[in-house]
Amino acid sequence: MKPGAFGYRRAESAEDAVRLFLEVGEGAQYLAGGQSLMATLNFRVSEAGTLIDLTRIESLKGIEQRGNAIHIGALTTHASVARSSLVRKRLPLIAEAYVHVAHPAIRNRGTIGGSIALGDPASEMPACMLALDAVIHANGPAGKRSIPIDDFYLGLYETALEEGELLTGIEIPLPAEGARHGFEEIARRHGDYAMAGLAVMTTGRRARMAYFAISDRALRSTAAEDAFVSGASPAECAEVATREMYVFGDLNASENMKRHLAGVLMRRVLLSLDGGASA
Amino acid sequence: MTETMPIRLKVNGEAVSALVEPRQHLADFLRLHLQLTGTHVGCEHGVCGACTVRMNGDIVRGCLTLAVQADGAEIETIEGLSESGEIADIQAAFHRRNALQCGFCTPGMLVTTSELLACIDRVPTREEVRSYLSGNYCRCTGYQAIVDAIVEVAVARRSGSDT
Repeated sequence: MKPGAFGYRRAESAEDAVRLFLEVGEGAQYLAGGQSLMATLNFRVSEAGTLIDLTRIESLKGIEQRGNAIHIGALTTHASVARSSLVRKRLPLIAEAYVHVAHPAIRNRGTIGGSIALGDPASEMPACMLALDAVIHANGPAGKRSIPIDDFYLGLYETALEEGELLTGIEIPLPAEGARHGFEEIARRHGDYAMAGLAVMTTGRRARMAYFAISDRALRSTAAEDAFVSGASPAECAEVATREMYVFGDLNASENMKRHLAGVLMRRVLLSLDGGASA
Repeated sequence: MTETMPIRLKVNGEAVSALVEPRQHLADFLRLHLQLTGTHVGCEHGVCGACTVRMNGDIVRGCLTLAVQADGAEIETIEGLSESGEIADIQAAFHRRNALQCGFCTPGMLVTTSELLACIDRVPTREEVRSYLSGNYCRCTGYQAIVDAIVEVAVARRSGSDT
């Protein structure tokens, strides 16, 4: 279908975007890569008064190392992140996850910031950000601020971003020496919405394990993390995750199915960590 | 209430300027303003891939990109790629291998294939071809022949022969 009528403004910078958002007032909506927003507008399951196009904001594109963290501009496309040699070398979890993200034509236009800000419960990047303990940078009517990823996802498509607040970038601390990562996703067809997925980072005895497509949002299994840290086997961690996870069924898999898959993924991922993770 | 906005862009190498409604997507702009009807409109929500075109060298969904966003861009459609001869070998292989039935998905398949063969420096495996084409639906389900044709072109390009 065709979308309803809307206005269009083009932002030149993050500050300009926020200014335009306030100037437009009611019905203003930010447009990043548009690979989710345009689809919902076409489908008329969402509507916009005026779209504020962010895709020309060059200062919000790019990937660079700053001290002990890698900074990724919000408007960097999925394709650019997946191709980045810095990401491949230092953040292999993200590189591995990108194999599963959508299709080439979507990755060429969709942005990492858009995906994280939308918070689709089935998308890969929010869970990766949780596993990597990222910090979200935002700019809004009240100014700039940083939000720890653990405080970012609040519910179904609900984030800590306030009205008019724009996600400008993400900062990912470099994984420590010897850090291990694991990623698994189950989908009916390559690039489709996941039925269940899991991203894991471990360093020594610390672990961050984040599920996607299991709940109403990307969500860590702190119970499984604690079990892992206290030396539980992959099978035991899987059992804990299956029992403790807050599961939310959807069109792709029922609640029972997802609960089952949560355990399957946990066992698979922990066994896939270099040398097997049973301790 | 319908406001229009001026855009200037290049389509298949030709300068184009037009007034468009912000809500018009790029695929409709190409079809309705420029009569370039080789770009097909299928699902209109980014799933089927029939509207695939090149924008500044990268393939994109024509239905998930607004015409106003193409202001200043270089767009290449199946018409441009056909006329330049850039994908002649892919088209010939599709024809020879019967890799199209109704033909609705074919322009999108060809545009996506052109990017796949440009970004990989060896012959892709059948799995890699299927993975790259996973965003393009063929509702006649003729995937086998499509993959056959693409692998054939990849092999021919590597061996330098011009089939």
